Amino acid sequence: MQANTVDGPVIEFCDVAYALPNGQPLLSRLNLQVHRGETLVLLGRSGSGKTTTLKLINRLLNPSAGEVRVNGAPTAVSDVIRLRRSIGYVIQDVGLFPHFTVEKNIGLVPRIEGWTAERIHRRVEELLQLVGLEVQMASRYPHQLSGGQRQRVGVARALAADPAILLMDEPFGALDALTRDQLQREFSSLQRRLNKTVVFVTHDLREALRLGSRIALMESGRLVTVLSPEDFLRSNDPLAAAYVRAFGNGLDSVANRGEP
Amino acid sequence: MTLLHFLLQNHDQVLELTLEHLWLVGVSTLLAVLVGIPLGILSAHWPVWNKPVLGTANIIQTIPSLALFGFLLPVPWLGDRADRLAILALTLYALLPVIRNTYTGIRGVDPAVVEAGRGMGLTDGQLLLQVELPLALSVILSGVRVAVVVSVGLATIAAAIGAGGLGEFIFRGLAMVNNQLILAGAIPAAVLALSADFGLGWLEKRLQPR
Repeated sequence: MQANTVDGPVIEFCDVAYALPNGQPLLSRLNLQVHRGETLVLLGRSGSGKTTTLKLINRLLNPSAGEVRVNGAPTAVSDVIRLRRSIGYVIQDVGLFPHFTVEKNIGLVPRIEGWTAERIHRRVEELLQLVGLEVQMASRYPHQLSGGQRQRVGVARALAADPAILLMDEPFGALDALTRDQLQREFSSLQRRLNKTVVFVTHDLREALRLGSRIALMESGRLVTVLSPEDFLRSNDPLAAAYVRAFGNGLDSVANRGEP
Repeated sequence: MTLLHFLLQNHDQVLELTLEHLWLVGVSTLLAVLVGIPLGILSAHWPVWNKPVLGTANIIQTIPSLALFGFLLPVPWLGDRADRLAILALTLYALLPVIRNTYTGIRGVDPAVVEAGRGMGLTDGQLLLQVELPLALSVILSGVRVAVVVSVGLATIAAAIGAGGLGEFIFRGLAMVNNQLILAGAIPAAVLALSADFGLGWLEKRLQPR
């Protein structure tokens, strides 16, 4: 197998299974490919295995069977610290370091990677602007920020060392509807500019349709189907159809997807 | 003769015994911190160690202090000098609050913060030094504070084996049925305990993560 093929999938799951130490299976026989520059949304309810899938990519979990490959190389044999630093990671609870300022939070990975103070400072300013925050925010502490601002910092921190891959686990799930809507729009336009390979976990079909290039529908630790947003709405798959029904007429906004 | 009178008249001796007292408490606390924090980290990160470590520290705590001094007396190198012995005993008593609070402090760090740090590619060492310990610091310090306050009291008993400290006055006073003398040892000890409590409490507040 050739590593680092330019045209190959960026992330690849080959017959991957994951079970808890007590033997309870959370994920079985997963085969999935994520291509360069796309936003793949993992959609499913809690317990469907979407977060497990995400954590297998940056090896917060290790598969009990099968192989996960990133840029063609099996993650099992790659240096786990290097792997994680090359992948941005954003979670619902944000997990900002409460004892660090915004600047230190965003600059942590660059700092341990040995960047100069001046380069870190420039990068932090650049990122704050990118995620729509004022530069003065740099000296604030996380507890002085609103939920939406915190998640913006979370995204900036994940982008700090310019990773080609971004993993996002319900990043906007804990925000109020208006802030969520705004952040989704901004993220969508940001993604068009940055062209990262994104794996995005959500249980919200609206969010999936809005942000995803493709939607991978999961249920009970299995991948049910992978569809484009357009095909998802027309799908005959009973589970996909159930999702569309459940979200009902709230899906009108999907018609003008991409045009804010 | 009033107590104040006595303290002023014997200020040389009061000072000497106070310094001895501080020496016993200071060295034993330092040793308890050096041993207890790593043990606390060990039990917080590897649950297998949790029961044996905290269990042992708990059992030590239940041994009456006079009995512990007695047990340690025949130990070769230790028994040679009373202050060594007293310091070891005080260290053993101080371990439990230090270990327990280090454990609690580290376990109390928001799991999302730890997960984010791990996901960003921090090594275990970086996670410990840059995230877990700084965030647990105020809880650890409150354990140290408890250890110091308890040690100041316990160290008075060290005089029973001739290790010096303010307990000297207390035991002499007991032998001579002289309340003044007992208070001359007890009151400075209480002042020491209160100032340590206040000082470390202040530091703890300052270090509280926001």
